[in-house]
This record gives sequence, C-alpha cells and structure tokens, in this order.
Amino acid sequence: MAEKLKKVDVVVVGTGWAGGIVSAELAKAGYKVVALERGGDRTREDYTGVKDELRFTDRYEMMQNLAPETITSRNTLEEIALPVRTRSEMMAGTNLGGGGVHWAGATYRFMPYDFEIYSKTVERYGKKKIPEGMTIQDWGITYQEFEKYYDRFEKTAGISGERDPFGEERSSDYPTPPMKESPAITLFKKASKELGYHPYQVPSGNLSEGYENPDGETINQCMFCSYCTQYGCDFGAKSDPMVTVIPTAKKTGNFEVRTESYVRRVLYEGGKAKGVMYVDTNTGIEYEQPADVVVLAAFSLTNNRLLMLSNIGRAYNPKTRKGVIGRNFNGQFNITFLGARGFFNDKKFNLYMGAGALGGALSDFAGDNFDHTNLDFINGGGIELRQYGDAAIASNHVPKGTPRWGAEFKEKSIFYTNRNLVVWYTPAIMPWWHNYLDLDPTYTDEFNDPLLRVTNKYTDQDRNIAKFGIEKTKGIVEQMGADIIDEDEVPQEFDHIYQGGHYAGGVVMGADPETSAVNNYLQMWDVENLFVVGGSAFPHFGGHHPTATIGALAYRASEGIEKYLKEGGQLVEEKRKSFQA
Amino acid sequence: MTKEPSVKNEKEGLSRRQFLKNSGLVAGGVVGGSLFGGLLTKQFQKQPVVNNQKETANLQEARMFFSRKEDFEILSAATERIFPKNDNGPGAIELAVPFFIDKQLAGSWGINAKEYMKGPFIQTQQVQGNQDKQGPNTETQLPTPTARYQTRLNRGEIFILGLRKLDSVSQEKFGMKFVEAKGDQQDEVLHMFEENKVSLKGVDAKTFFSLLLQSTLEGAYADPLYGGNKDMMGWKMKEYPGPRMGYLGQIEEKEFIVMNQESLKDYQVHG
Ligand SMILES: Cc1cc2nc3c(=O)[nH]c(=O)nc-3n(C[C@H](O)[C@H](O)[C@H](O)COP(=O)(O)OP(=O)(O)OC[C@H]3O[C@@H](n4cnc5c(N)ncnc54)[C@H](O)[C@@H]3O)c2cc1C
Ligand code: SF4
Repeated sequence: MAEKLKKVDVVVVGTGWAGGIVSAELAKAGYKVVALERGGDRTREDYTGVKDELRFTDRYEMMQNLAPETITSRNTLEEIALPVRTRSEMMAGTNLGGGGVHWAGATYRFMPYDFEIYSKTVERYGKKKIPEGMTIQDWGITYQEFEKYYDRFEKTAGISGERDPFGEERSSDYPTPPMKESPAITLFKKASKELGYHPYQVPSGNLSEGYENPDGETINQCMFCSYCTQYGCDFGAKSDPMVTVIPTAKKTGNFEVRTESYVRRVLYEGGKAKGVMYVDTNTGIEYEQPADVVVLAAFSLTNNRLLMLSNIGRAYNPKTRKGVIGRNFNGQFNITFLGARGFFNDKKFNLYMGAGALGGALSDFAGDNFDHTNLDFINGGGIELRQYGDAAIASNHVPKGTPRWGAEFKEKSIFYTNRNLVVWYTPAIMPWWHNYLDLDPTYTDEFNDPLLRVTNKYTDQDRNIAKFGIEKTKGIVEQMGADIIDEDEVPQEFDHIYQGGHYAGGVVMGADPETSAVNNYLQMWDVENLFVVGGSAFPHFGGHHPTATIGALAYRASEGIEKYLKEGGQLVEEKRKSFQA
Repeated sequence: MTKEPSVKNEKEGLSRRQFLKNSGLVAGGVVGGSLFGGLLTKQFQKQPVVNNQKETANLQEARMFFSRKEDFEILSAATERIFPKNDNGPGAIELAVPFFIDKQLAGSWGINAKEYMKGPFIQTQQVQGNQDKQGPNTETQLPTPTARYQTRLNRGEIFILGLRKLDSVSQEKFGMKFVEAKGDQQDEVLHMFEENKVSLKGVDAKTFFSLLLQSTLEGAYADPLYGGNKDMMGWKMKEYPGPRMGYLGQIEEKEFIVMNQESLKDYQVHG
C-alpha cells in the first residue's frame, strides 16, 4: 500500500519549462505546489567546467535513462512495434529542469495560420486542399488571443532577437537585442537577400547581454562557448528553468520539488483527479500525493502514457477514428531538418565557436506566407543556418561519394572540418488518422507497466514539403558560393529515431471535445481538475521549434488553473464540430 | 595544412577584457565562487600549454576490458585501417584509440547500462530463426527502414564476437589471421562487415561495424581524459582548440583563428 501524504493545492509532474512555469505562477499566487521529477536534483554546479563532447553529445549524459523505461515504435497498424533501445535513438530530457536545460534555445513563435489552420486553409484554397485522412483542426484559440503568453515567456526567458520581417504581430520587441553575427551567418544572410528573401537573426535563449527578468532572476551574457546544445550552460547564460522559473517558485516558500520521484498513475475517482501515485526511486517506496489540481507537465510522451495507464479520457481508436487520447501524434524528426550542405574549398569558418541558437533564419517559406495553390502540400517551415559550435567528433562531414572510413575519409574530414555549412528547412508536420499513441501490448517498464507505443508513418505531404525545402536551401547554399553542394535525401519512411526532442500531440487542444482532449486552458474536457501541459497539446506541429509555444501554453494553463482554483468548473464552453474529417 | 599557432592568439587577451567588462554587469551574485570565478582570474595568466616532445610514459595504456591480447590486436589493426596514419598525421594506434575503446567497453557504454535491454528480441529471433545462406541481414528483417539495435548482446559482447569473426573471415578468405593480412585484404574483410555480408550470432555484422567505426572516430577526437586522442594530436590535425571558456571576442572574426590545444584537464584545473 502506498503511503498517503498531506494534501496540497497543486501537484505538478515534471520540472521542465512546462512544469517550472506552472509551479512558479501558482506558487507566486500563494498556492502550495509540489513538483515531482523522475530525474535527479541538479544545480548550476553540475554544468560548470564539464565541457566534454563524448559525455554529453555522444553518450547523451543529459537524456532520459532508458533502462527502466522507453517507448516502442512502428510505422503502420499492422506491424509489431519494437522498443527504441538506445539513447542514440531517443532524446528526452530528465533531471531537474528537464529538456529545458539541454535545449539549444531557438525560440520561435508558431504562426497565426497554425492556430486556425483548418479555417484558414479552407478559406484560401477550399476544402479540397486538405487530403482525406489529414486531421488538422483549429486550436481553439487564435494567435491574437494567445500573443500575450508568448510575450510573457519571452520576457521570462529574456530572449534575444529582432523582428522577423515576415513576422506575426507582436505586442513588444524582444527583451534583449539579437546575438552577434558570425561570418557564416553574414554569408547566409547576404546570399538570402540576393535571392530576394528576408533573413533575420534567430531568436535566441542564449542571451546577447545580461538580463534581469520580471521575476527578478538574472541570466548572464552568452560566451559563445559552443558546449550548448545537449549541455547545461557553464555560465548561467542560457535561459533554462534552472536559472528562471524554478528559483522563482522556490523563493515563494510555497514550492517543494521532489526529485527521484517517478510518477506511475494519476489517481482518479468519480470524474476527478485525486492526486498522483509515485515511487521514490531511491527507496522503492510508493507514495500517494493528493491535490486539488493535478498538472501533467512530464513531456508529451509521459503525459499521454500517464493518462492511458490511469484509464482517463476516451482512448483514440484509429480504426473508427474516434476517441481523443493518443490522437494526432506529430513531431519534427528525420524528415524535418533536411537541407543542403555546402563545402568550401577556399573559405574557413571558426566553426568550433558558437551557441545553440546562434544563427540566421528566414520565414519566406513558413506557414502560409507563400501561395500553395500549385503546391502538393500545405503549411511550410523556417529556413535556418545555425552555428552551434561543433567539437571534434561532430565535425566529420565529407562530400557525398567520399568513403566512410580509411585514408581518403580522414584527409577530407580533416580538410573540411571548418569548411562546411548547412542550411536546413524546419517544416510543419501535419497530423494523420494513422499516426497515434497507445500502450504497447508486449513491452513493459521496470514496474511491468506497458510502454507507450508510437505508430507513425510518412505521407506525400511530408515527402513533398521536405523536397520543397531541400530545393530552397540548395538555392541559398549555391548563392553562398559553396564549391560542392550535397542535398539531403528524402527518406521514404520514418526510421524510428527520435532525435531532437520535438515530439508532440496525443492530448490535443481544441474547441470540440470530439476532437480534442483539453480546452484552450489545457484543462481536460472530461476531468476538470486535471491540466495536461506541453507539446502534447499541439494538434499539429508548426514549422518552427516548439518551446516558445510550450512555454506560452504553460502561462495560459497557469491562468486557467488559478481561475479553476477560485471558481471551479469547466473554464471554456465547448463548441461541437470545429472539424470535419 | 596545419599552421603554427599564429599571432591570432592575442585575440584571447582582447576577449578577456571584454568578457570581464560584459559579464561584470550581472555575473557577481549569480556565479560567485564557482569554477567560473577561478577561470576569470587564472585562464589567461598561464602560458599556453606546450606539449612535451618526449614520449611520456602512459600508465593507463593497459587492457581493462579485453582479456585476450589477440582480440586487442585485431581491434588495433582494424581501427588503424579505419583511421590510418597518413600525411595528415597519426593514425588510430598512435592516438591510442584501441585503449580508448577498451576503456569504453569496460564502462557503462560497454554494458549498455542506460539502454532498454528487456526482451523479447523479436527482430533478432525472427532473423536467426529462419536463417538462410545470407544470415541475419537487415534486408530480411521486419519492414523497418533502418537497422535498429534489437539484440540481447551488449556492446562489449558485440565487440568480442565481431573481432573474432574478423579473424575467422580473414582466415577463410586469405588463409591468414586478420593482423597478418595486407592492408587492402583487411579492408576487404571490413567492407564485408559494413555491407552485412557476414553472419554473426545474435547481431548484424553491420551493427558491429557501425560501433567499431563510431568508437574509432570518438577515440581519435574525444577529450584525452578518456585515453584516446593522445597528446591532443587528433585535435591538432583538425585545428580544434579543445574546451574553452568562450569566444565572445572572436565570434565575429573573419579570419580563421588557430589556437593551441587545451584539454578538459587544463580547463578544470583552474577551478
Ligand atoms: C538536443 C535538443 C535541442 C533542443 N533545442 C530546442 C530549440 O533550440 N528550440 C526549441 O524550441 N526546442 C528545442 N528542443 C525541445 C525542447 O527541449 C522541448 O520542447 C522542451 O524541453 C519541452 O519542455 P517540457 O517542459 O514540455 O518537457 P521536459 O523539459 O522534457 O520536462 C518534462 C520533465 O518531466 C519529467 N518526467 C517525465 N516522466 C516523468 C514521470 N513519469 N514522473 C516524474 N517525472 C517525469 C522528465 O524527467 C522531465 O524533467 C530541443 C530538444 C533537444 C533534445
Ligand atoms: S554557448 Fe552561451 S548559452 Fe550556450 S552554453 Fe555556452 S555560454 Fe551558455
């Protein structure tokens, strides 16, 4: 029997951006908040002086330990899913701060088009533009209504940026100026302008100058040290939950975080969430933490799995296409981030320097910024050149046709170490009836609970948008004067490698309970005191990196939770039939 | 191609002043007392690391994982073919790559400590079960587009199996042990593994080859603390400086900046 603990106002599962923001906001408002984190306790000292490529980039020091739990993966309903066994195939954050600590920091907003994708697509191109089986829907909130939450997140994180010439409306400028420009970025921007495009500096969570956020937390200036993506910051210069929302929550005295606490169930009774059951992974002792409000902010994968393990909500059934939990799995990996790599014979760049979000970008081919009448896909994506700063193992790019090993490989990989640049496209990913999440019938975690199963395959939409992106990026790399240009190939099928942490959907938001699990406060339609926060709420994946939207949704949810604690009940009136299949 | 450390090193001095100036705005209360503080005062006072030309005795160059010397010798020969000594500089053996791999296999990576290792191992069983002349082969597996890690074996076990198979394939083909075969014969054997034309029990030859290739490059270029990249010679070939505090003063620089190599030890010692 689990040991029952004292009831609190709010229990939050997960301590990444999503969990951190909700914790800080509610603790500030005076509520008692307990956050549970499966990973270990971490402080800034854990990331000081440990710039070690092998440990972090190649051995995935900061990623989820897969020994106790992973996911299984397959392409189609007919296949047997196999477990994703190694950390080179699976990237998900763990430990205090979650994926927010090892993220790169590129902080884009999704576009007004994304929030009303169904209506806007039909309006401009007619219903026929949407192929059978593509389950896009409006998000139940417009960009204009949502803008203030983006603004909140950017101010908390101190984002460094400049206005995107193609950009959506903003209520204010970025809180800090854009990052410095390296020669590689200058070259990218110059070439883009020559082609008539509108480049700007990537909005960055690595800060261009020291900054104090509205909660009084300090973020330092980025040193371009390059040990950034997949690392914690050595200098407190990367916006992450550890330097922002977690200390903010702690300062209130209303917040307690328990690490090494693996949540296994949401306790559910009479239509309400009663709390959660978790295991202290040091002792193996089970606890029940009762609460008035339960918040799942444990990343899209766990958010889905906990609902399924706890039998909450109507499970999605791909055969009938009914139900919601697990519906609309989507994400950017493998077929996204494709582009063209240029090799320069007489130009060298200081590629060992950089920062996670240092880069140039353009939105000329993002969202519905360009006419799709004669194109065989909808939506679009950003184009980026990023200078992460590569260490010596990661910088082994050679032109196509070079052997993968041996003397010729050695010579060319050394020659081109500082002479190659890649430009890529970050296309939006549309949802389909056949891409979904459920529990695996065979594989289990260390407690013998079923693993989460992903069923995901590509469609022509995915392949066509990828092809389009490769063409556009190739044009830019050509204009940049590369001597050799290698285009990426479009994969025919998803390879089950979950890279980059951009997986979403399954507990999606909307206005209609038939096609959404949560309302626009991320409150569950079926369980009014259960809020499911994170990328799990994305009905589709916009053509940019997700975290600004996750952060903004967390602010929106916090507002909803506070409202619920005061007033109770469903916060949004449902609207049936926002979507036609 | 490798240039001598150039005058560009002066730029580090410039960066320091700028670094102090800029970070001074906010750093105080946030980072006081950490390694960061130590770095500020010490990083630029010391002389650049000058590497001793003399071979320094390395007491860590002993086998930790491989019991049989013969296995280790096959490993050494194979890594040297993958990353050979040439005009660019030292090859895998001189860089101590085999010792790096030996240490890696003895640790958490070698025993798959953080990987999901619960059964069933359906893919391997199916393939091994109906093994035909071609043996376990990704093409005959479940319809997944890539070879996935679906074996009971951990990486250490895969290496032992794979290395011994390199030897037996070489014996079969050339009537010689792998270490005695000529370079291009060794390459031929390695290609057979790369192309999955060899059958191993419980794992694809290709999976073994990928691990071998990956760990050879890691051994050439990982921080020397792991026993490879000897004397930072891998980094020197690539003009990779090693971990540094940052490049705030240099990020906009148009010319390529060559620096002396420094290791994580150099970086941490100042804490
Ligand atoms: C290498 C990399 C680079 C990235 N770069 C960018 C970028 O540049 N821009 C961008 O927008 N996004 C980026 N991302 C994505 C970004 O990291 C995620 O979108 C973001 O971290 C998600 O935040 P979250 O709070 O929803 O989830 P997380 O940060 O993953 O937090 C969830 C937390 O819940 C915990 N948890 C999970 N299950 C349980 C359980 N059962 N019990 C208790 N605790 C649990 C986890 O340990 C984790 O700490 C990157 C991701 C990766 C992997
Ligand atoms: S590049 Fe900047 S933000 Fe990233 S780890 Fe280094 S100092 Fe921190």
